[in-house]
Amino acid sequence: MATTTMAKALNAALADAMADDERVLVFGEDAGQLGGVFRITDGLQARFGDTRCFDTPLAEAGIVGFAVGLAMSGLRPVVEMQFDAFAYPAFEQIASHVAKLRNRTRGALSVPIVIRVPYAGGIGGVEHHCDSSEAYYAHTPGLKVITPATVGDAYSLLREAIADPDPVVFMEPKKLYFSSAEASLPARTEPFGRAVVRRPGRDATLVAYGPAVPVALEAAEAAREEGWDLEVVDVRTIVPFDDATVAASVRRTGRCVVVQEAQGFAGVGAEIAARVQERCFHALHAPVLRVSGLDIPYPAPMLEHTHLPGVDRVLDAVARLQWDDQPDPRWLAEGSAA
Amino acid sequence: MTTTPQAVRRASPRTRPAATTPDPAHGLLPAGEPVRLLDPTGTPLPAHPDYPEPPAEALSELYRRMVIGRRFDIQATALTKQGRLAVYPSSRGQEACQVGGVLALRDTDWVFPTYRESMALVSRGIDPVEVLTLLRGDWHCGYDPAARRTAPQCTPLATQCVHAAGLAYGEAHQGRDTVALAFIGDGATSEGDFHEGINFAAVFKAPVVYFVQNNRYAISVPLSRQTAAPSLAHKGVGYGVPSEQVDGNDPIAVLAVLTRAVAHARAGNGPFLVEAHTYRMEPHTNADDATRYRDGAEVDAWRDRDPVTRLETYLRDRGVLDGPTAAAVAEEAEAYAADLRARMNTQPAVDPLSLFDHVYASPTPQLVEQREQVRAELAAARDEDGDA
Ligand SMILES: Cc1ncc(C[n+]2csc(CCOP(=O)(O)OP(=O)(O)O)c2C)c(N)n1
Ligand SMILES: [Mg+2]
Repeated sequence: MATTTMAKALNAALADAMADDERVLVFGEDAGQLGGVFRITDGLQARFGDTRCFDTPLAEAGIVGFAVGLAMSGLRPVVEMQFDAFAYPAFEQIASHVAKLRNRTRGALSVPIVIRVPYAGGIGGVEHHCDSSEAYYAHTPGLKVITPATVGDAYSLLREAIADPDPVVFMEPKKLYFSSAEASLPARTEPFGRAVVRRPGRDATLVAYGPAVPVALEAAEAAREEGWDLEVVDVRTIVPFDDATVAASVRRTGRCVVVQEAQGFAGVGAEIAARVQERCFHALHAPVLRVSGLDIPYPAPMLEHTHLPGVDRVLDAVARLQWDDQPDPRWLAEGSAA
Repeated sequence: MTTTPQAVRRASPRTRPAATTPDPAHGLLPAGEPVRLLDPTGTPLPAHPDYPEPPAEALSELYRRMVIGRRFDIQATALTKQGRLAVYPSSRGQEACQVGGVLALRDTDWVFPTYRESMALVSRGIDPVEVLTLLRGDWHCGYDPAARRTAPQCTPLATQCVHAAGLAYGEAHQGRDTVALAFIGDGATSEGDFHEGINFAAVFKAPVVYFVQNNRYAISVPLSRQTAAPSLAHKGVGYGVPSEQVDGNDPIAVLAVLTRAVAHARAGNGPFLVEAHTYRMEPHTNADDATRYRDGAEVDAWRDRDPVTRLETYLRDRGVLDGPTAAAVAEEAEAYAADLRARMNTQPAVDPLSLFDHVYASPTPQLVEQREQVRAELAAARDEDGDA
């Protein structure tokens, strides 16, 4: 097995999909000759020609709408949004057409498009380059929302996204692009709709996805010193969501902290916490807690470390899981204020 | 600072010697006046150098479909008043554009309609009940877009312009000579997706005809609030797209211009932009009160330019249409409306459990769960009805 990076695994997935299926087209801003600003499409134009991998005009609604038309003609477009926040101009196309065409037409038209979105922060990016925008997509029925946290998943989930009959928003945690791991490609990991236990543990479950998975794993490692044996579940596929794996883990451990990098309010973590509580109430020894980014616009680079949920914040949350049967003092304070 | 006359002269392009390179905008700009082959009374104008009159059979068919289209539109408006449709955006007055738009195409071509194009869709041969499904409210799109090569009627303004570019490029990429025709209204040309669509089509040389029906209003907002351009057709030059403007109430001119635009696209020359100057005689929809923003005199002036009368007069004068044929067409239109009326007067069956179909190719576990919950609710309601 060789060591490779997530960026290289994504590139290999695109190349292999293009080699296997000539209907696959890859395009976006700087996606052609340059190979994308993160080099995820590197070499594809040279190998497959500029009718299969190409640059487009600078217009995100145009890119996604063009992909809709291509899909209607029987092709399989994979588009690159250059950065999370620059996908917003495409949101109308995504919400009104990409997500709905199958349903509007009772299955007569499907639009198997993959929209790749480099997302989230932790890379010292200036404003508009670090948004966690997954909740907007996850809140839109008709879209699948996928986010790999490992090199193997990056390859396997992207291949599956391209082969999937439904539109997929493929969220790539850009701080993990250059994380490396032993992996032999082509890799096949668990399919869409499956969460994976990355680290087994008995005392509490950390549920995380995308850029928060390494944070959760690190926290679990650090927690051993405090005497906690933590399980880490990697969600991987936000939509479709794997209730069964998450609930089974929490029923085993009886405690749960959901970790996400995105701002917390009305986020994916809130949804997960609610679902866990609905399914595991009688197995829970403490309220389900969330650790997330702050409810602020993504901060400037010199302040982002305060915003990003790190190991300490996760451990603080774990400490509040009523280990000694004492209610969380924060809830008591709120109750007396009311 | 003072400028010498000489400096002024040197700076002014007007006084430069005749340019040796051709004006790059040459051949892209529309005519200064809308193309017209018939005057408003139906009298033919001198032959147009660029737009030959379509053959007589095409004009007879144009007439037939316009008469049926108008009768359909009147019937749909009546059905709305009877509560059979939730809403209906009429295109009465725009018959030349509605029918001319689809008549210029082959069956294998694609149409990208808006909500305004019910008449165009029935003119394409789609079952009128399927066309009205969206407006009756039993589902969103009533026809099979893949089979009819007609995208769902598009309500998010101008978004269809980009789909047309992608579809047309995708067809060409796969070696097919399909043309896509995208309808769009005057107001919607202010939306970004109009510009992105025409720009993508131009850059990728996609065979698309963008067909703007400038009916002078976007609900209540007049054209002067949408643009300061000399005409909407002038927008093409900025994208390197040849453009034309046409009298949208002159059916022969509309068909002639669109025929040329479609041929241009099919020949691999990229997109073409056509603006038709027309007018909707009805309010925006049945729910709109047009007297709040336009006066009766304006509407009356357009009544005098009625496209159906104009074509009929011309065809009768030329001897292409006679009394019995016109009567037969009118009869066919009546029968069409009667059939539509009868079929729309039954309550459509809707199945709540179908809500969960086609959200995804196969339902997520969460949708399976919600479907089961609704199924149980429905069963419980049925039991209660049974007990009562
Ligand atoms: C993106 C978007 N904004 C607003 C609307 C609401 N709306 C529906 S029709 C319409 C007017 C459109 O006018 P125009 O493009 O001239 O077409 P017409 O209705 O005259 O055929 C508006 C504002 C919409 N459908 N989509
Ligand atoms: Mg209008």
